Amino acid sequence: MTTMEGDRGITDIKFVRATAIEARPAPVPMSGARGWMRANLLSTPFNIVLTILIVLLLAWVADELAKFLIFNAVWSGTDRNACLESIQHREIGACWPFVWERWSYFVYGSYPIPQRWRVDLFFVMLAVGVVWLLWLEAPRRDLGLIYSFIVLPVASYILLHGFELIGMPMVDTVLWGGVLVTVVVASVGIVLSLPLGILLALGRRSRMPTVKLFSVMFIEFVRGVPLITVLFMASVMLPLFVPEALEPDKLLRALIGIALFASAYMAEVVRAGLQAIPKGQFEGAMAVGLGYWQMMRLIILPQALKITIPNIVNTYIGLFKDTTLVFIVGIFDFLRTVEVARIDPKWATPVTSTTGYVVAAVFYLVFCYGMSRYARAMEARLAKGDSR
Amino acid sequence: MNTDGNNTHRIKPPQLSHDAAVELIGVNKWFGEFHVLRDINLKVMGCERIVICGPSGSGKSTMIRCINRLEEHQQGRIIVDGIELTSDLKKIDEVRRDVGMVFQHFNLFPHLTVLDNCTLAPIWVRKMPKQEAEDIALHYLNRVKIPEQANKYPGQLSGGQQQRVAIARALCMNPKIMLFDEPTSALDPEMVKEVLDTIVALAQDGMTMLVVTHEMGFAREVASRVVFMDMGQIVEVNVPHEFFAQPQHERTKLFLGQILR
Repeated sequence: MTTMEGDRGITDIKFVRATAIEARPAPVPMSGARGWMRANLLSTPFNIVLTILIVLLLAWVADELAKFLIFNAVWSGTDRNACLESIQHREIGACWPFVWERWSYFVYGSYPIPQRWRVDLFFVMLAVGVVWLLWLEAPRRDLGLIYSFIVLPVASYILLHGFELIGMPMVDTVLWGGVLVTVVVASVGIVLSLPLGILLALGRRSRMPTVKLFSVMFIEFVRGVPLITVLFMASVMLPLFVPEALEPDKLLRALIGIALFASAYMAEVVRAGLQAIPKGQFEGAMAVGLGYWQMMRLIILPQALKITIPNIVNTYIGLFKDTTLVFIVGIFDFLRTVEVARIDPKWATPVTSTTGYVVAAVFYLVFCYGMSRYARAMEARLAKGDSR
Repeated sequence: MNTDGNNTHRIKPPQLSHDAAVELIGVNKWFGEFHVLRDINLKVMGCERIVICGPSGSGKSTMIRCINRLEEHQQGRIIVDGIELTSDLKKIDEVRRDVGMVFQHFNLFPHLTVLDNCTLAPIWVRKMPKQEAEDIALHYLNRVKIPEQANKYPGQLSGGQQQRVAIARALCMNPKIMLFDEPTSALDPEMVKEVLDTIVALAQDGMTMLVVTHEMGFAREVASRVVFMDMGQIVEVNVPHEFFAQPQHERTKLFLGQILR
């Protein structure tokens, strides 16, 4: 075919171009910064309008923020007078001396000042545990597990609560507050809710009717009431039933309330993951002779938890922010200390509240965004791990 | 570790402790209203290769899945190497340890490497040291001719390779009886042969096996007896050459007529 056409082609040639075609302009660059902008920001008229509007909005927000946080902010002073409008200072931004002065209250609450080194030590130990567990290339991660789940809880309890025998005076949890309480409540909730949630999820799918009934009732009951109700129940109702001598500590009650609350949500998250695992995986595991717990631990849960990481972290982020609700039963978490400090007459100015809330917002944002980023990295890593 | 000559790789199935490897006596099963197994009686002797065929929905898969209790029977008795299957979990575990199973869709564990797929059960169920389990796993992976894939994940292998891994995984538990549930039905045609060859080799080593399959050539070649099922009943049991040459029942003739053409 082609040879025939070729032959005819040669005989049919009527003219041969004598000059080269003029070079066409180089194609629009699609790589590099300009190319990227053209492809992603300015591809269509609608896109151009959106880009301009969003850039304007960002510029406006950035400008206002910079003015409030930096250029108009008050950087030094000893009381509210520094942060009030005056002739030299017409527009007042953030009142930073208020934050400097109350910072230790935000962190420790009313924890006795001579004992605060114990809280610092707790923070350091916790940070070590978190890094040891979350940094996947860390040395001796098996020891890290023991440290984080056995040594750390015991040491923290002794450190924070006190142990008379070794000369550490007791510090009543009523005095605890600020970042300390938020971190304690959140980490206990995070650590307890996953295993409890897994057990509840397995219980809900169990063939044993009593286990199943209990799990379903627990999950549905807890999910059916607001967290505030659970906290109220824990702090107001419980003392009615338990003799005064046995009455658990107020913070402990709130801790248990939050952990149980989070575990019910976690159970539903894990259950969704379990349901996504094909039946063949269960059959394959049973056919090679694995027992129920071996099958769950080695085959089903590793796969189910992997696909639920985004949802687990989502629950954790929700839990972290829900810790602010403990103020309702009279516990001074971080947000509550900000709340109390901002109405302190010594610092009461029109900008004090805003300043306090900015600090709180940054605090929660850093933690939640950190969790979210870590989960993304973890997902990417796992996805690469078994390129399927 | 042995990687030399094929002779050392013969699979020596462990001796059955009873004459009858599997015995089904008057087994009945219902899925809700649907009567899937009707009065099944079958006695499989040691070293026998039973091929089970029949139209889809005839209960053949359900029957072999009852043998390692992936399905529960509701009436009758199932005795596997002297152990009767009841709701006693210990007995079920004992039976599953000695009965290997290969599935239509492989059911490999996607989050584990091929080697880990093979060593998992020996380590956790048989409490075997890791090194020994790995030696055995490599031995069987060699046997199914894919030792070089040991460190890959199942998702990186072809269907035929995955099914051979599944066979190796079952063999690592050193089973007395092997169950195959349509092992080639989910494979591309060019991969069927490599899997069937593996099963044939296994049969030649004297493994007791029950194979649900539509591969009639395979049945002719390796079966000691062919079982034909329809509507949840065993219609006919016969040695292969008679089964194919002179089927006794009309239903069998019809079925063979349809699939052999």
